Amino acid sequence: MMSKEVFVSGNTAVATGVSLVEPGVIAAYPITPQSPAVEKISEFIADGEMKSEYIEVESEYSAMSACIGAEAVGARAFTATSSQGLALMHEMLHFASGQRLPIVMAVANRTLAPPWGILNDERDTIAQRDTGWLQFYVESAQEALDTIVQAYRLSEQEDILTPTMVCYDGYIISHAYEKVVVPDKDEVQSFIPEYEPDEILNVEDPKTLGYAPSGYNTEYRVKQQLGTETAKGAIGDITEDYADQFGRDYVGMVEEYGPENPDVTLVTLGSVTGTVRDVVDKLNDQGREVGLVKLRTLRPFPYEQLADILKGTGAVGVLEKDISFGYEGAVFSEVRSALQGTNNVPSMNFIAGLGGRDITMENIENVYEKLFTMAETGESEGRIEFVGYRFSDGKGII
Amino acid sequence: MKIDEVTETDYMDSGAACPGCAGELALRLVLKELGEKTVLTTTPSCVGATCSVNISRINTAFPATAATSVGMSAGLKALGKTDVTVMAIAGDGGTADIGLQGLSGAAERGDDILYVCYDNEAYMNTGIQRSSATPPGTWTTTTPVGKERPKGKERPRKDMLKVMMAHDLPYAATASVSYPTDFLDKVKEAKDRTGTRYIHVYAPCPTGWKFPPERSIEIGKKAVTSGACILAEWDEGKFSLTGQSKRLAEDGKELTPMKEYLGPQGRFKHLDDEAIKEIAQTARENLEEYRKLAQAYS
Repeated sequence: MMSKEVFVSGNTAVATGVSLVEPGVIAAYPITPQSPAVEKISEFIADGEMKSEYIEVESEYSAMSACIGAEAVGARAFTATSSQGLALMHEMLHFASGQRLPIVMAVANRTLAPPWGILNDERDTIAQRDTGWLQFYVESAQEALDTIVQAYRLSEQEDILTPTMVCYDGYIISHAYEKVVVPDKDEVQSFIPEYEPDEILNVEDPKTLGYAPSGYNTEYRVKQQLGTETAKGAIGDITEDYADQFGRDYVGMVEEYGPENPDVTLVTLGSVTGTVRDVVDKLNDQGREVGLVKLRTLRPFPYEQLADILKGTGAVGVLEKDISFGYEGAVFSEVRSALQGTNNVPSMNFIAGLGGRDITMENIENVYEKLFTMAETGESEGRIEFVGYRFSDGKGII
Repeated sequence: MKIDEVTETDYMDSGAACPGCAGELALRLVLKELGEKTVLTTTPSCVGATCSVNISRINTAFPATAATSVGMSAGLKALGKTDVTVMAIAGDGGTADIGLQGLSGAAERGDDILYVCYDNEAYMNTGIQRSSATPPGTWTTTTPVGKERPKGKERPRKDMLKVMMAHDLPYAATASVSYPTDFLDKVKEAKDRTGTRYIHVYAPCPTGWKFPPERSIEIGKKAVTSGACILAEWDEGKFSLTGQSKRLAEDGKELTPMKEYLGPQGRFKHLDDEAIKEIAQTARENLEEYRKLAQAYS
């Protein structure tokens, strides 16, 4: 079988990526907007296109728990969720990473209630940033499929053994149809080594999982940190190998777009990157030197690369779909921390797309205009702007 | 099974449980019957925290006992390892309260696990707090006896056997560590089935029930002979009483006075004769209800 081109939704692309890997166990619970992905996986299994044990669990909490059980006996596992479902999994996310079980999970990003909403923002996954999982934010259905394949190889690498979330924006990616190249299954299988973990539960060599020698918690956590640090280099290698084998290059953790040494730069992540690319093209056609940095991973966080890339630009903006109340957008804090000491240019946080509000090209052009003003004057209107704030009380800029 | 048929092979490596702990004994006995081709899920509980076993085991999170086991079962199936029993053990709080959803989900789907609940009638590992399996009239640290609440816990206990029977699972039973052969006969039955199997074993707790540790087995027997705990079995849609409970309910054997069961336990010392009479009456009614159930599902 060769690779083929199909016209599918992001959810189907996710399901297809999973079918190529064919994990031993799938455990999932339906939630909008993830549901069509797990429905599709169920269809693949029902049609015999994919041989996996599918557990129709009664909650996301149990989905993650079952994935943990499956990985604990040495089987590959997959689940997918969104929003409230991810929040319900929270306790077990720590368990998966703490036990070093390389589960891969797709998350169709959706806002958290209240107020109730089913549309997109990224508050759900960013709230799970500190659970010890690797986090990828993808820009397209194609990237979702490809990243799922890459994630298994990455997570299962012996010196990493850390689970991965592949975050794809709800509706914008999950329900939009795109042309997607489906790689050959045998080629995918050859890209991912056999999964043969050492520390599993078996009857031949009894062992206990879940405990560490008392008094060694710090050493245990250092190992976890080293695993995620190791992932940095591995992501570069794996994306390079993937590009060689399948022809699609996601560069690594960070992608630069636009001219070299741009006057101002906007950092963002997820599906809005595509819209920003169009704005960058448009403004550069008008002779304005604007740059874009796409953060593909939030964990591990590529602070060295960011510091290097953003050195010399005149102003930095961070456009994101989340907020850490009481401070600012979580990604903005991370980016500013990465720039500490190497780049003291003005920076501003642009929070947009909450609860699924559209982020238009005009919104992004305005952001770039503000960055130009900041670069010229050395000052910004404020620290945070809530893009498209609807009231006229002036509180949309803080 | 006769008691001298129980294997001397022991999979309990070491234990740090309180003296007289019947929870530890429950696990020790179950593993003797299941043997080495077993993988085990434990959870935060006295048994999970204190027992060390020569059986592969994961200590999962409190609400995750059943679902973790379900994942293990599916994973083993995916790997073609079909001769391994996946067993879970949790306390009454971990089963009837925080673990109930996952257990119910597994039982409804028919996932292939053997789930053992050791029931010591409260959250003992965290320091004797009430659970939904705590019987009425019990002092616990969260149902203290006071002027406004002289009885301790007031509501009836959740009947987990009936809850599990409502899932129409292949096998479910109650048992007591004080009647080990009846208990192990049930474990053996459960081991040989596929699907979700449930065993609820009563396990007296000297620390939480406030009685001397050397009396665990005796107290456990009195729990059954007084009718406070009932031994029964659900087998593919058939329901029957077993052992002492069968003799009490069907053969006219006389119940041990409730005072003999409650009296030695400090957790009931606030109860007057009237309150003890009420508990005895409820026990008789429960036994009669079980007898009728056994007739209906014979």
